[in-house]
Formats: sequence, structure tokens, C-alpha cells
Amino acid sequence: MQANRDVSVEVVKGSIHGIIGENGAGKSTLMSILYGFYRADSGSVEIDGRTAAIHSPGDAIAAGIGMVHQHFMLVEPLTVLENVLLGAEGGPLLRDGVRQARDDLDRLERDYGLEVDVDAAVGGLPVGIQQRVEILKALYRGAETLILDEPTGVLTPQEATDLFRILAALKKQGRTIILITHKLREIMAITEQVTVMRRGSVVADVRTADTSREHLAELMVGRKVLLRVDKGAAQPGEVLLEARNLEAVDDTGVRRLKDVSLTVRRGEILGIAGVAGNGQSELLEVLCGIRKPASGELEVNGHVLWSGQERTDARRVRRIGLAHIPEDRQRMGLVTAFTAGESSILGYQGDAAFNGPILLHRRRVVSACQRQMHEYDVRPPDPLLLSSGFSGGNQQKIIVARELDRDPEVLLIGQPTRGLDIGAIESIHRRIIELRDRGKAILLVSVELDEILSLSDRIAVMFDGAVAGEVAAEDATEQLLGGLMAGLGNN
Amino acid sequence: MATADAGFGLPRWAVNGLLPLVNLVAAFAVSGIVILILGESPVEAVVALVRGAFGFREAWGYTLYYATNFIFTALAFSIAAHCGLFNIGGEGQGYIGGLGVGLACLYLDVLPFFLLVPVAIVGGALFGAAWAWVPAYLQARRGSHVVITTIMFNFIAATVMVYLLVNVLIEPGQMSPQSRDFAEHARLPAMHDMMGWLGIDFPRTPLNAAFIWALACAGLVWVYVWHTRWGYELRTVGANPDAAVYAGISPARNIVRAMVISGALAGMMGLNEVMGVNQRLLLNFTAGYGFVGIAVSLMGRNHPVGILVASLLFGALYQGGAELAFEMPRVSRELVVVIQGLVIMFVGALEFLFLPAFRPWLQKRRQAASAAAAAAEQE
Repeated sequence: MQANRDVSVEVVKGSIHGIIGENGAGKSTLMSILYGFYRADSGSVEIDGRTAAIHSPGDAIAAGIGMVHQHFMLVEPLTVLENVLLGAEGGPLLRDGVRQARDDLDRLERDYGLEVDVDAAVGGLPVGIQQRVEILKALYRGAETLILDEPTGVLTPQEATDLFRILAALKKQGRTIILITHKLREIMAITEQVTVMRRGSVVADVRTADTSREHLAELMVGRKVLLRVDKGAAQPGEVLLEARNLEAVDDTGVRRLKDVSLTVRRGEILGIAGVAGNGQSELLEVLCGIRKPASGELEVNGHVLWSGQERTDARRVRRIGLAHIPEDRQRMGLVTAFTAGESSILGYQGDAAFNGPILLHRRRVVSACQRQMHEYDVRPPDPLLLSSGFSGGNQQKIIVARELDRDPEVLLIGQPTRGLDIGAIESIHRRIIELRDRGKAILLVSVELDEILSLSDRIAVMFDGAVAGEVAAEDATEQLLGGLMAGLGNN
Repeated sequence: MATADAGFGLPRWAVNGLLPLVNLVAAFAVSGIVILILGESPVEAVVALVRGAFGFREAWGYTLYYATNFIFTALAFSIAAHCGLFNIGGEGQGYIGGLGVGLACLYLDVLPFFLLVPVAIVGGALFGAAWAWVPAYLQARRGSHVVITTIMFNFIAATVMVYLLVNVLIEPGQMSPQSRDFAEHARLPAMHDMMGWLGIDFPRTPLNAAFIWALACAGLVWVYVWHTRWGYELRTVGANPDAAVYAGISPARNIVRAMVISGALAGMMGLNEVMGVNQRLLLNFTAGYGFVGIAVSLMGRNHPVGILVASLLFGALYQGGAELAFEMPRVSRELVVVIQGLVIMFVGALEFLFLPAFRPWLQKRRQAASAAAAAAEQE
């Protein structure tokens, strides 16, 4: 595969430059070349007018390039100082290096407003602060150019604002920043110049001031896209899912759900907003029959779960008409080592439609999968291909097809569009609205505030395991939700 | 449908056929160098080995007899492996399984032959399964790692057998720790007898009816793992425990299930040795077959067909190696073990040693193929 084709990008010193494109457009490959992970087959990199030979991350650091990865490269048990020092210890004995680092960090923190407790263990810090540590690491190594890969994916809106403030301070000091993102809003908010990539090529390089979100989206996808989801008013019916005072602890004994009460009615979408890790995953697990709550009551489609004589497990909960599109499709939603056909019966492997008394009839599995693939436009429509061979969007379609195929009444959806490109997001959003209009009760968990805002009829915000507040979609604003997500409370 | 995603994006024939073959050649090449150093001709050695394994009908008998043990123990390893478990305890499970077979033959021989055989099979399976159940339970419910516990259970099995044979099952008035001979009808028919019934002359070898049962077990394992919902669940647990939980499949239950089946299959090795060959209980009849089964299964990619092929290869190495040591005085019995060890090392531990050498070539082939397909589509 040619991941980058004849790509030329010029970044002006002391500017914030955005690089935007769908998944697989070649953004990450390009940055990996810059940072020395991959080597380009042809072409060159020039820094300050001189050709730079970058063959390894070490070369890149020496050339003044720093990278903040999407998934942090931090050693959690070590302190901030130790993490910063890692790989730049400055000699066999730590003492001098530590003193030097302490002074330098003090100065950096002052200059850029990057307040961090340098003696705190990294693992105990909030995600936003961990990201600051990553930035400090790069600056400590003398980075003049900072590359940030999807930096706001894990941040609250407030943390993202803080990050942008830091980036602005860095720019003012003459550092250059390259921001890789798929969020159009961020590009519009802080960049001066934006490069749009599609299928490994640069399709546009424009001044941010001269463009608009709609225009950029069109450039990214190569056709006109609707950024707004069209939907009519909800017509809620009877309650299909009701949770009262749910409490749950995780495997290490930490309380993950605190007194959570929710209802979802037929024909409406309840959005669960919140920064990742505030109990949303545990909530989904309790609702779908994986995790037993410590206390509380749960009723789904007229069946009482987790109490009484009947055993509750994921299999039985499916049978009473609940389908679940899990948050992490690679970890839970399918088995990457299985063929698409095999993945398409995950959770339904015992269905009478596929089974004889002993044998699991593979031909029936394959033909059912084939039909689903055509209905949901999975490409390539080949049930015998390994699940890992499909793109993220098509893997998601395989899961969506499987979960919707039995016409469930209640639908749990976690992060439906994580890592998908705009085209796939559009089609999945449309399908969710369509299900709502067909009278399904839908609970949607997403860390993408835009997604919650555009799909939900009611929005509940989770913070630290509890429902911090619930608002009707028409009253919801980003500021209001952001405050709830940060645990500030609205009343 | 594919067995496991060990393909690294390479075609299946390359991973399952080409790489093992190259590894095998490499193992023989290194063995050849050793033989050269000893002052013998590697070519002659290979000829002697192949002739010793396949050159005459008696050789076939011995080769297939060894292969029978490997089929059972490798199938045992493979089914646990599909559930993500490394069952290193085939040796002990086979040993205790053999005890189950032996007890049935010693104490239930009032039963007629046609009832005693199934009873002995069930006895061997139950004993082997029970011996695997304890580590399985500890893994499933307490998180004790099955690699550690099954190794320990091998030692326990060995000492239990010594105790039983020295103190309990020993034939009264005898010095050596072994049971009395089984009754005439409490033995599996030997291959030469069965061939005799068909009017075919076959030399006297240890090969017996257990071989046919081994082939049947390979078929049963294939059906179970790939053509039943239980096999599907077992493989899901092995490939992705989180997805299993999501699907309502209990990992703990499947771990126990896989290990119990694994132990039962390992116990069938005891059937071959105890009821088929020795026709009495004795010490150390497992002779390392349980361990070699791991290498056989790995070489056969944990698939019954691969296991049959790899079992035949290892059977040939055992039998041909013995003949080789006999024919070439300078190639000792120990050197034959070295050759076996090299094969195990190259195909088992160094599985992907030569992958980097082939990858560019294979990828180029694939690109050419997909380019051709794309061109065909455009027309």
C-alpha cells in the first residue's frame, strides 16, 4: 500500500498548523516519517532550510522535533520528574540530571503555564495533566516543533481549552506546532494554516481564515457531507429500560457506579455524556448482563434483571430483546482472529437458526452473514475474510448488523463512531435515528460531545460514577455539559 | 474458516506449509553438520532414517505405533490451546489415564471384550480428565496458572504411579513394580491380528486398534472445535476472553471444559500403551510422549490434519532414528535424540525464524495478485 503519495507540506516557523483527514488518509504515516518511525521511500525533510536526515526518533529529537502521541508514552508508577528524565538522564549518576531537570521544568512551567507537581506519580494524575507531562517531556528535550496526534480525544472540553491555551503560549514563544486531528472545530479554533489529506495525498493546503467547517469536511471526504443530523422530534412511549439506584464495584473493589437511576422510553435516545472512565463502561456492563450490580434494581423490556430466581447473564439479556453495540469493537465486539461469519454470530452462537442438535451449521452462518453484509453495505462482502481484515468502519457495520438483525427493543450503544471516518459516521448516525423512529429505546454512550448533542433527546452526564445531571437536548449547551462533565455541578 | 490469526497477513499455505517445511529442512541441515563432524555421511544417514521408518512393513508398524501416541497427546494439547491454555501436563494426564485403563482391565475383566473396550476407554478418559480437572478448576476459579500446576501434576502423577505399583497393584510374589498381565480378552487387538482376520499378512508390531481410535479422535476433535457451538465458545474464550464475556460465554466454564477434554484425550495415550502394547500396568510407559505431543501439535498448527501429518513425522523420527543408531555405529541413540530435539526446536520454538526472509517475496506475490484482480475487475 502506498500510504503517502507525493506529499508536500510547508509549516511556517512559529505557527500552529493543522493536518486533517479521515482515518487512513495518511496523516499518521506522514508524522511517523517526520518522527523517524518510518522511512520515506523518496522525498526529503528540511528544517530551517537544511535537509535533515531523520532515521530514528533519536534523530528527530536531535533535530528539535517532539511528539505527543495519542496514547501517552508514560511510565505510570514513576513520578513526573522521572518520566521527563527518562532517556535523558545525563550521566551514570542521577543526581546531577535530577537537579538540572528540576530547574528546567520549573522554568518551562513558568514560561508556558504548564503547572504540574513534578514529584507526583504519573499514574495518579488526570489525563489532561498526563498530557502536559508529555508536552514537558518534549520541551525538556529541546523540541522546537511539537507534533500532537489527536490530543483532545481523551480530554474534557475544559481540559481541551487549557491545552489550547498552552499551545497558544508555546506559539508566542516561537515554537512551531503541528496538530493532527479529525475534529473540524479544533482546526477552526486554533490553527492558522490547515493541510487536508485524503487517500495518502494532500488535497488542499489553505489558510484557516479562508475556509469553513463545511468546506473542510467536503475536502476530507471528497463529496458534500451533512454535518448536522436531520431528525424530527422524539415521540417517547412507555418505559423499556429502568434503572433505580444502581451501585457497582469493579474487580479491585472500587465503587464505579453510585446511585445511578435512569429511564429510557420507547422511541427516544438517552445520551450518556462524560469523560471516559467515569462509570459509563460499568453502566453498560450492568445493563447488558455482564457485571452484577452491588445493589439497585433494573428492569428491561418488562423483565427484572439481577434479582429474583432467574440467573442474569449476557445471553439471557439478549434473549429478552436487548442488543448491545460495545464501546470497544476490537476488544469486545468481535474476535479479530475469527472470520467475519464467525464474528457475526458472537452472542448468538446458540441460536436455533444455526444449530442442529450437535452441529453448528456453518453454511447457514455464512449465508446469514452474507445477507447482513448486503443489508448493511459491509465491504468487502466476504464472510470468510478474517474480521481483522476489515476497516474499523466495516467492523462496526458487522457488529451493528449482528445486533440489529434480531430486531431488539432496547439498544445499548457505546462509542458508535469511535475512530470512524465521516462517511461511516454519517451512515451510523442515520441508522440510530431511524431505529429511534421505529420505536426502539436507545441508550447511547459517547465521549464525543458533538455526537451526544446531535443524536440525543435527553442527555445524562456521568461524573465519578454518578449521574451529575440530566438535561433535555434542547436545553443542553456545551458549557453546561462541560461543567457537569468536570464535576462542577449545575445546581 | 481460519484456525488462528498467526498469519501476519501472509497466505495460509505459507504459514501452515512452507514455514514448517523450511524449518524441518533447517533442522535436518544442522543435524547433517553434526553427523558430518562425527565422520558419517549425512546423505546415508537420511537414507537409513527414511528406510528405517518406511522401508519395510514392520517399520511402518512401529512408525504408526509411535504416531498413535503423538496423535492423542497432540490433540490433547491442541484443544486446550484453542481455549488459550498451555496444557503442559499431557504426560501426567496420559499416565493417570493409563491407570484408569489398567484398573478397568484388571478389575472389570468379568466383562466381555466388546463391553470392556468401551469401559476401558471411558475409564482412561475419566482418569485423564480428572487429573486435568484440578489444574483447570484452579485456573478458572482461582487464577493459578495452568502451566505451573500441570507441570506439578506431572510429578505428582509419577509418584502416585510409583506408589501404586510398588505397594498396591504389584503382582504378588514379583520383584518388579508392575501389575499382573491382563486377561486375554482385556487387550486391544494388535494390527497383525486384525490384518490376519482380513487375510492380510502383517508382521508383529506394537501397532494396535488404538491407532484407529486415534484417527477417529482426530475427526471428533475437528468436528467439536469447528462445527459445534461448544467449540465456537471454546475458541472465542481462547481468542478473546472479553468478547466471550460480552457474548455471554463463561470463560471459567470453557477453561474447565477444554482442560477436561484435553486430559481425556491425553488419557487415550495410556489406552495405546497399557491396553494395546504392554497389556499390564507398569512404570514410565508414557516415556515423554506427552511432552513431544506439544511439539507435534505446534508443528501441526493445532489442527487435526496438521497433527496427523506431524505425528507421522515424529513417529518416523522415533522409529527411523532407532534404525539409524543401529545401522551407523557412530550415530548413537543419543544423537538421534539430538536430531529430534533440533526438529522440535526449529518447528516449535523457532517457528518464525525464517519468516523475515520470505515476507517480502510473499507480499510481492500478494500485491501482484491483487493488482491482477483489480485489473480484471476494471475490464
